[in-house]
Amino acid sequence: MTLKIDRNTKVIVQGITGKEGGFHALKCQEYGTQIVGGVTPGKGGQLFNNSIPVFDSVIEAKDTTDADTSLIFVPAPFAPDAILESIDSGIETVICITEGVPVNEMIKIHKVAKDQGVTLIGPNCPGVINPKEECKIGIMPGDIFMPGNVGVVSRSGTLTYEAVDQLSKRGIGQSLCIGIGGDPIVGTSFIDVLDYFISDDLTQSIVFIGEIGGIKEQEAAEFLKSVNNTKPIAALIVGASAPKGKRMGHAGAVISGEYGKAESKINSLKDAGCHIIPHPGKIAETVEKIIN
Amino acid sequence: MKIHEYQAKELFKDYDINIPEGYVGENKDEILKIYKSFDDDVVLKVQVHAGGRGKAGGVRLVKSEQEVIEFAEKFFGKGFQTIQTENEEFIVNKILVEKVSDINSESYIALLVDGSNQSLNIIASPEGGMDIEEVASKSPENILTLPINVITGPTDFQIRKINNFLRYEQTYYGELRKIIRNLYELYLSKDCSLIEINPLIQNKSGEILALDAKITFDEDALFRQNLIKELRDLSQENPVEIETAKLGIKYIQLQGSVGCIVNGAGLAMATMDVINVSGLKPANFLDIGGGADENKVSEAMLAVLSDQNVEVVLINLFGGILRCDVAARGFLSALDKYNKKAPELIIRMLGTNSDKGKEILSASKYNISFADNLNEISKILITKR
Repeated sequence: MTLKIDRNTKVIVQGITGKEGGFHALKCQEYGTQIVGGVTPGKGGQLFNNSIPVFDSVIEAKDTTDADTSLIFVPAPFAPDAILESIDSGIETVICITEGVPVNEMIKIHKVAKDQGVTLIGPNCPGVINPKEECKIGIMPGDIFMPGNVGVVSRSGTLTYEAVDQLSKRGIGQSLCIGIGGDPIVGTSFIDVLDYFISDDLTQSIVFIGEIGGIKEQEAAEFLKSVNNTKPIAALIVGASAPKGKRMGHAGAVISGEYGKAESKINSLKDAGCHIIPHPGKIAETVEKIIN
Repeated sequence: MKIHEYQAKELFKDYDINIPEGYVGENKDEILKIYKSFDDDVVLKVQVHAGGRGKAGGVRLVKSEQEVIEFAEKFFGKGFQTIQTENEEFIVNKILVEKVSDINSESYIALLVDGSNQSLNIIASPEGGMDIEEVASKSPENILTLPINVITGPTDFQIRKINNFLRYEQTYYGELRKIIRNLYELYLSKDCSLIEINPLIQNKSGEILALDAKITFDEDALFRQNLIKELRDLSQENPVEIETAKLGIKYIQLQGSVGCIVNGAGLAMATMDVINVSGLKPANFLDIGGGADENKVSEAMLAVLSDQNVEVVLINLFGGILRCDVAARGFLSALDKYNKKAPELIIRMLGTNSDKGKEILSASKYNISFADNLNEISKILITKR
């Protein structure tokens, strides 16, 4: 996976004229991100917040601003097309915040993104942040992050914030934080992110946060066993207290079989050499132990 | 979204997948009339949104009018539980009356999205009629999983492989091919999230029939599935969950005493885990969801308070677009509306305007403890055991 999230990253926001898109475009800009344009079909030629040019299409936005990354807030029924438009226009990294995208659409889009070599993060994700480079492409509250060497990956938004809040309050900074999204099919997997962290020079240790449901965590564990990783990993699985057969908000978070249970995931990760975080209140405490 | 077996079978019929002849009745007289219209024994099946009906007595072969009457009187209008329903009861409003099938072999077929290979898969097993999870753990070699390429759909060589795996004779290939391709068509065109046939049978006259049928639909795709939306049976769902879902709040009632209100599904699960390690049980899962305002927050609180088992309410919020002062006012307006004694509150707020939010709450007349982090929440909870 290629991922360029730094002060040179040029971002366009699809859906910038909507309530959420507009709010977060400005918050990203405030944090330091280069928001070079917005896209809303039919509103081309306008200026958002008197400063950010709005275009009718992604290709116009890209040709004019030289953007390489797109951040998507388009409502769910139209989000699949927004992703495809970005891919078709030659955008390198597409980050889709929108939740509620039909899974059957994602089956196809995942394949298209992969075939075109585009990094797609999400949908239904909080985005990506690089505190050192002051680059935030997503909806996370910027002020809780601090620069450092811990890479954080999670399916969930607010749970990522929880982890980061604990880390920063103990003076442990982050290299890059990625929320991959809670849907059954997402563009970037745990494995993609772990692979990236393992070869990323800035990242020296990793916080991995998984959830009940599916077998994505076990596959990440298998991957870790297959590579030569020397960076310590602290792993948390949430949802141990969730009942079987109930969908816990995230479409993927439902225990349907043995593999979906927290216990099975914890055992796999332990087996792969991860340090298990005993419960959600002890994320930073566990990281502190493994980095010292 | 779940539907009943009889509704799933009607969809199968539309897609040319064979099912046993059967009709659904809503009361004793109706199913008795249907029974009389068959000149043979029938199977009666309660229609509820729960698995494990057979083991719980909800599926019975009947040979006389008397047995039909007994079955109807036992189940119609009553709550039904199985080992899979976790103390929840499902009311029986419909019973399916079906012609008995003579069974030569039973197998299992399912279509579902598996996030691990990021695609739609066909799952097949020659061990039909059993709990598939049991098969998976006892004899995993009897389960075949094949990913379907979205460009081609299920291919002939894949279907030949399934035909062999199910130990079907070569002569069944054509029929199985039709079934699998039609299931795939149904899956995509109706935005299913699961189609499961357990068992898929071969009868003595050589036909392949879906003896049972389970279909669930992707709720995120219902906006474009008007016909499917009409199949929803609200009598099978928790009324508070239905009301909160209309506002975009994800609420699931559980059995414990600590109500919780959280934003974000992951943090909501983490919060439930903290309640658990503190020696208590969560009364619910609740994710307020995006775009929350004062009214939505207030409705979330009222939903939690509607559960009689709730003794403590735990609020864990990361303010973003949702400002904590707005949330605080929402919580207070719900408590003011609540006509019983308000339970004790434990509140943790971070992010946009959290200081202002805490100020508003501490100036209120309610009994509130504040926590700065999950460990502090846990410490307070431990004192409530």
